Amino acid sequence: MPSSPPAVEVSGLVKDFGPVSSLDGKMIRVLDGVSLRADMGSVTALLGANGAGKTTTLECAQGLQKPSGGSVRLLGEDPWRAGAPLRSRVGIMLQEGGLPPAVRPLPLLHHVAGMYASPLNVEQLAARLGIDSFARTSVRRLSGGQKQRLALACALVGNPEVLFLDEPSAGLDPQSRNIVFELITELRDEGLAIILTTHLLDDAQRLADYVYIIDQGRTVRQGTVAELTAHTADAARELRFEARIGLTLPADRLIHLDVTEPSPGKYCVNGALTPEDLAVIAAWWAENGILPASISLTSRSLEDVFLDVSGRSIR
Amino acid sequence: MSASPLPVRVLQHGRYETIAMLRNGEQLVLAIVLPLLALSAIAFTPFFDVLGVPRLEAGTPGVIALCVLSTAFTGQGIATGFDRRYGVLRFLSTTPLGRSGLILGKVLAVGAVLAIQITVIGTTAVLLGWHPPFSGILPVLAMLVPGIAAFTALGLLIAGTLRPEATLAVTNLTWVLLAAVGGTVIPRSSMPEVIQPVVALLPSAALGDGLRAALTSGTFDALSFALLCGWAAVVGLAAVRWFKWS
Repeated sequence: MPSSPPAVEVSGLVKDFGPVSSLDGKMIRVLDGVSLRADMGSVTALLGANGAGKTTTLECAQGLQKPSGGSVRLLGEDPWRAGAPLRSRVGIMLQEGGLPPAVRPLPLLHHVAGMYASPLNVEQLAARLGIDSFARTSVRRLSGGQKQRLALACALVGNPEVLFLDEPSAGLDPQSRNIVFELITELRDEGLAIILTTHLLDDAQRLADYVYIIDQGRTVRQGTVAELTAHTADAARELRFEARIGLTLPADRLIHLDVTEPSPGKYCVNGALTPEDLAVIAAWWAENGILPASISLTSRSLEDVFLDVSGRSIR
Repeated sequence: MSASPLPVRVLQHGRYETIAMLRNGEQLVLAIVLPLLALSAIAFTPFFDVLGVPRLEAGTPGVIALCVLSTAFTGQGIATGFDRRYGVLRFLSTTPLGRSGLILGKVLAVGAVLAIQITVIGTTAVLLGWHPPFSGILPVLAMLVPGIAAFTALGLLIAGTLRPEATLAVTNLTWVLLAAVGGTVIPRSSMPEVIQPVVALLPSAALGDGLRAALTSGTFDALSFALLCGWAAVVGLAAVRWFKWS
């Protein structure tokens, strides 16, 4: 862990909403002990299913919600009481964007830029994010991905030290996603602390230096992507290949593995595969004159970790 | 990595909100066209002849009061309601502008738009033959300050507690009612006696009466001023207490 003080430090965060009339006026506990820390110069991802509490956690860290319990520190200060000096060091992209519909992108960016003493160059930022290509369209008529890029620009234009991004890749096409991800990585390398939420494991895998998995208002796992996926007990790998339908694999030579044919002609070998196992399978292919149409060997993914932790069924 | 000074932020947001209000077609109808129609009706029909003073002298102060209602209350109420729906209030409050800067900017925009309205209405009325006393300028300003505060607070209170569609309906309906029977344009003294005591307590009547006193005889109506200050204080506190930002 770096020695510089963390950009965001949350411990034992509790947030209750309510009273909720549909619950007979009871309070509903949305966060029940979230703890996390985000450092300068790194991308921290909050990963969780819909409704896990990611956005509420961010809002408490941003000072948009008042915590019901626990402590939150943003650049060493209490964000709920933040004044303009603290707000000027933080850039925020909200999930719903928060962009006024009647305004055009560049006047809006100039307006937001004017709130800061030393903002970024609006034209350069707009060009970087491809905003100049829709500069003459009012916000109301922008596509989801265009709004998303404009919201990102609004969060960045004040040249912040800490950047909060709530679902940054939502609605982005692959090209825009690449542009945005490149920019995030670049900002991280410049020393910004970037805290983002996502329910897309691929995003976390590509971007995050450190991941917190949030489930039902709690941080349930944390670590680098490598740490989370390389659990010692989970040395499990999976070999998949495609070949003729209805083959019988030499199960007697692969007793410790799980051999299945999930769909006709597609075979799956699961478990603690060793190089010897692979040799056995390859030899068997040779004996039977099988040249698989495709072969893949994968290790445990972040998705497996995530599904193990937060369950496989929809809640 | 630091904020612009507070006055710069507020002035800039005031300018931004002013432009937004002036760009909005419905808002312009409410702010300029309807008051001009009211002024023409007063100038060209005999309705106001019964009051014993020239038509425009009796009617123009009420039209100015109507402008305050349309801009501070209905216009800003509806705009704020939709800004709240779209998360604009939340986003802007996370910038150095902050919540207080956002509200101050809105009040500033109301003042700026109102200045334009009063210029247009006043010039038109003068061209039609209105002669307000110069001694009325200070009392008019004294009435406008708590008047703008009270009606902006009322608009924000509604915008911050109801859905934007409901805000749209409620503020427009209230505007029509206050314009017709709220003592704004038609003085409460020429209304049926039974409703006069109720109308007298309304901020619309206080503003109308105060502006009429200032612009007909150049006098300062202390009672109306006190009523407006009371409304501004009570509704302002209610707005601070109940306004929801998201």
